[in-house]
Amino acid sequence: MTNIEKYNNAFMESFEISAEDLPGLKYQDIDTWDSVGHMTLIAALEEAFDIMMDTDDIIDLSSYEKGQEILSKEEYGVEF
Amino acid sequence: MNNIWELNKYGSSLALIGESGEHITYNELESEGEALAQAVGRRCLAFILCKNEIGSVIGYTGFLNNGIVPAMLNSHLDKDLLNNLIEKYKPDYIWAPAEEHAEFPDMEIKYASHEYILLETGYKAEYALNEKLALLLTTSGSTGSPKFVRQSYVNILNNAESIVEYLQLSSSERPITTLPMNYTYGLSIINSHLLVGATLLLTEKTLMQKEFWTFFKEENATSFGGVPYTYEMLDKLRFYRMKLPSLRSMTQAGGKLLPELQEKFAVFAKEKGIKFFVMYGQCEATARMGYLPPDKATEKKGSMGIPIPGGKFRIIDDKDTEIRSPYIAGELVYEGPNVTLGYAECGEDLIKGDENSGILFTGDMAQFDEDGFYYIVGRKKRFLKIYGNRVNLDEMDQMIKAEFSVDVATTGTDDHLYIITTSSEYSDAIRDFVIAKTKLNPAAFKTIVIDSIPHNESGKVLYNELKKYYQETMS
Repeated sequence: MTNIEKYNNAFMESFEISAEDLPGLKYQDIDTWDSVGHMTLIAALEEAFDIMMDTDDIIDLSSYEKGQEILSKEEYGVEF
Repeated sequence: MNNIWELNKYGSSLALIGESGEHITYNELESEGEALAQAVGRRCLAFILCKNEIGSVIGYTGFLNNGIVPAMLNSHLDKDLLNNLIEKYKPDYIWAPAEEHAEFPDMEIKYASHEYILLETGYKAEYALNEKLALLLTTSGSTGSPKFVRQSYVNILNNAESIVEYLQLSSSERPITTLPMNYTYGLSIINSHLLVGATLLLTEKTLMQKEFWTFFKEENATSFGGVPYTYEMLDKLRFYRMKLPSLRSMTQAGGKLLPELQEKFAVFAKEKGIKFFVMYGQCEATARMGYLPPDKATEKKGSMGIPIPGGKFRIIDDKDTEIRSPYIAGELVYEGPNVTLGYAECGEDLIKGDENSGILFTGDMAQFDEDGFYYIVGRKKRFLKIYGNRVNLDEMDQMIKAEFSVDVATTGTDDHLYIITTSSEYSDAIRDFVIAKTKLNPAAFKTIVIDSIPHNESGKVLYNELKKYYQETMS
């Protein structure tokens, strides 16, 4: 599985949505992306990429696109 | 008329600060509330669609201080459920966020302030209100059950005074909101802090948002409250490493925190000189019944503490005889002036007086240790706490059966509800239905399809035998 597939799956499984819902998706846009859903997402991303995210990055991950930006940072090194 | 708070006493001190920096003083909170109450013009029933915003709090204090009875509902409540409640209780007015007007196109706006509007429903005092009745709160906050808890002015004032006493609150406190104000625990934080002239920091943002923490730091929040799930999130966020010099205390209620997590936070708090209060309560007791003094937080791990000032606990066996020895579990009974009047299930019930006489059978199974500290060990009734919200499993079973006509039993542990059904055809639809009804995050709900649901001879579901199915999936 490619990194973008892993990344998309984490979103789709955590929020019970499909691929077309992903572009532009922001925190609280949908009922399932609330604080509970956010925890589920973070756990899924950490598992998928075998990383431990920093507090600042966890609370900064406010959209589908922002998440890619964060994971691309040097400390996580995920290439999309 | 001041039914609860003497707001003018704190004059030009700041009462509320909103997340974009807007703020109002105690004098303004008083005058805004009076202006709103004048627009209503009489003692009657009003719904408040709550948000952690200034307008919402103005409505709440304005109504309560001027004899108008609010029913507190979440502004995100499902519209069908809300309409059912409106039909059932026929409130004269609805105090709602301005953006909600589109949902009620036929209702006229009578007054507006701080992005909230007063909508006239057209009903005129359809049901008589008992003179003691101050406030209506839902028990679950989510399933849309028309059942409200009836709280009196005496209940609210008394419980707030007890909380002020044991938390040692003063006007220098600046609590930040982390819970909805229609939720009894969230409301009790507002009630108690307005009593001492503190400054409430109001935000709709959650712990998982950067804006929340920016607001926390910029406005020097001194405390917050959380349900067990809040503390799990904080743990995940590695809260222990955050720099929050203004933080003085943290409170926890709304269900039992995992003992390991309770200890982790207690140890952290001790090291940082922060007070950590584990507490116990129910909407039926206004809010609080018990608290664990912070200096006992590590020593009495897993305990919810001792009764609040003015309250008493006792444990009874199944013959209603008091258990006087430690470490024997029985139903926890609470006695105190904060035990609410009773329930309302329809408009006609609003005239009812005090049906509890200060005694509450909590439905929780508890025991005490040799030092008189209480421990919750189970529940008498079938309900779960999902993210701090009470979900009644028997009600849920009935709702699903009424909708789908299938054999079903809901069960599980706090924050994990399992829908066990024999219908593979409807299993996904049932789960969607439960999610829609509770409005809680789907992560809490799983479906298990089995061949047959075990019943006893009289047709009652053998819930104990269902445990094996979900324990398999949990491990």
